Amino acid sequence: MLTLQYVQYADLENMNSSQKIKHLLSIVEEGKIVLMQGRLTPEEETGLIKETMIRIKKAFKGIQLCTIYPAESSGHLFGKMRKELAKILVGNQEGLTIIGPDSIVKEIRRDPSKIQLLTIDAPNKPSKKRRSRK
Amino acid sequence: MIHQLFQTKKKIKLGFYGPPNAGKTTLANRISKDWLGEEVGSVSKIPHETRSVSVKEAVVIKHKGKEMGFTLVDTPGIATKIDYEEFMKFKMKETEAKKRAKEATEGVIEAIKWLDDVDCVCVVLDSAENPYSQVNITIIGNLAARDIPVLIVANKIDLKRSNIKKVEAAFPQYEVVGISAMKGKNMEEFYESLFRLIKK
Repeated sequence: MLTLQYVQYADLENMNSSQKIKHLLSIVEEGKIVLMQGRLTPEEETGLIKETMIRIKKAFKGIQLCTIYPAESSGHLFGKMRKELAKILVGNQEGLTIIGPDSIVKEIRRDPSKIQLLTIDAPNKPSKKRRSRK
Repeated sequence: MIHQLFQTKKKIKLGFYGPPNAGKTTLANRISKDWLGEEVGSVSKIPHETRSVSVKEAVVIKHKGKEMGFTLVDTPGIATKIDYEEFMKFKMKETEAKKRAKEATEGVIEAIKWLDDVDCVCVVLDSAENPYSQVNITIIGNLAARDIPVLIVANKIDLKRSNIKKVEAAFPQYEVVGISAMKGKNMEEFYESLFRLIKK
């Protein structure tokens, strides 16, 4: 069974970068796939990779990460300024970040127009052998 | 910024970044061999062969009558996962594979730390692989945030599956140069692009 946990921008708003990274990774380490509203800053993304490297062990081999972000508009200067101002006022809530444990998400294939999450099939449970009464 | 640096220091720290097995060390070796006569590090088909940063100083490159001094900084491949069992597929023993995995995690951290200490970067990508990977986007995003000039090197153009156009389409705001570091193909174009990047 796959568990997707949605993390709203508001949940992370008051956290610093380190707290955000630890919070997101703690969800992933529970075997859940994080769907986060918005995106991390480039520095936070490398911070996430660094923290992941520190946490790697036999049971946790890393993450798969993908960010979907609306294409930068080539619109007017005023439109861009308005967008930047909105980011300053309410934060960067645009886009979606997907973080999954590598043990579950084999690969996130990204294409300009679509994202494919390739998961690892869980092995079929062996059927219990019935004991026959003699 | 780089131009000023060139005028004052005349030694540019050129970083080689990218995912594992893209050919960063092969390219650094090719440049170092061309101009210094010695290699930077060993290469292998097994991922994460480079697990610590290698620095080669005083590499003077001459191109079309111009000369520039570089310090080459070859970094371990950046990855979001490292599984020691993957190394065992290359007939590596478990203890050795676990050691390699541990060193590889440390190498990724070291590579990220070096982002603050390079003047310009060649992001080396395997042109036969999908360029839209998050690791590539994260590396380039970090370099852009730090205002570090970037040249994208689409390596392995000798492979049949190589697709430079796809790399160009993925990163339209950057110059992309296609090479085969292993075969030394298109190295003149690479040096041309590198000098152009530094003059910006």
